[in-house]
Amino acid sequence: MTEAEDRADALFHALADRTRRDILRRVLAGEHSVSMLAAKYDMSFAAVQKHVAVLEKAGLLTKRRSGREQLASGDVTAVRSVASLLGEFEQVWRGRIARIDELIAATEPDPEE
Amino acid sequence: MPVTDVQRDLDNRSLTIVADFAAPVERVWQVYADPRQLEKVWGPPTYPATVVDHDLRPGGRVTYFMTGPEGDKHAGYWDVTAVDEPRGFSFDDGFADLDFTPNPDLPVSRCVYTFAANDGGTRATFVSTFDSVEALQQVLDMGVVEGASAAINQIDDLVAA
Repeated sequence: MTEAEDRADALFHALADRTRRDILRRVLAGEHSVSMLAAKYDMSFAAVQKHVAVLEKAGLLTKRRSGREQLASGDVTAVRSVASLLGEFEQVWRGRIARIDELIAATEPDPEE
Repeated sequence: MPVTDVQRDLDNRSLTIVADFAAPVERVWQVYADPRQLEKVWGPPTYPATVVDHDLRPGGRVTYFMTGPEGDKHAGYWDVTAVDEPRGFSFDDGFADLDFTPNPDLPVSRCVYTFAANDGGTRATFVSTFDSVEALQQVLDMGVVEGASAAINQIDDLVAA
């Protein structure tokens, strides 16, 4: 079992639960304290804390402490493979090239002149 | 479509994109040599670029900022490493503070652009190489991709797949 496979296991396990996916959506949108998250669900604080821990283990969420609060925020680096990152970058480039093409076409001298 | 070939090199974290333009090499060079043309093509419509300094010579620097939909500004710079006018140039593309002091905490990508005459037009080859996956991630997060919503869509796609 390779390290990458282990990571994929942790990732899919973390995402295979609707409460955890819901928590992840919230923390991707902005930092939340664990107690704030716990208030959103009809389950114990400890149960929500456990879900948060699973997301953290999968690398989807990071926690930091602020006073007595634990603050959680989403981290999607784990779901992005190098291939998909390069794919996004490719889209940036396709946009640029389309703009270069447009600019060149707009300034092309009239062959009649 | 002018894009004729795209190669992703996962091991070296580089993207090579080849495009054919219906114009001579000198015309394509001009897009980069003229800051007013460069800013028209560099940033996407949602993040238009403004080129401030423009010294396209070896050792020279080009600085720019991109303005986001909320008025947010993201500054960047090119450190020009080689120039072979009009056949191409190389530079390191990095992020900077708004006064264009390079930010050493943010990643730099190495870029090599070459323009060659081809079949009455120009074949342009753009190569961008990132030092690390984190660097690539950061480049995409900064100004070119709308962070959280794209991320959420990605998770939805992943879950749906």
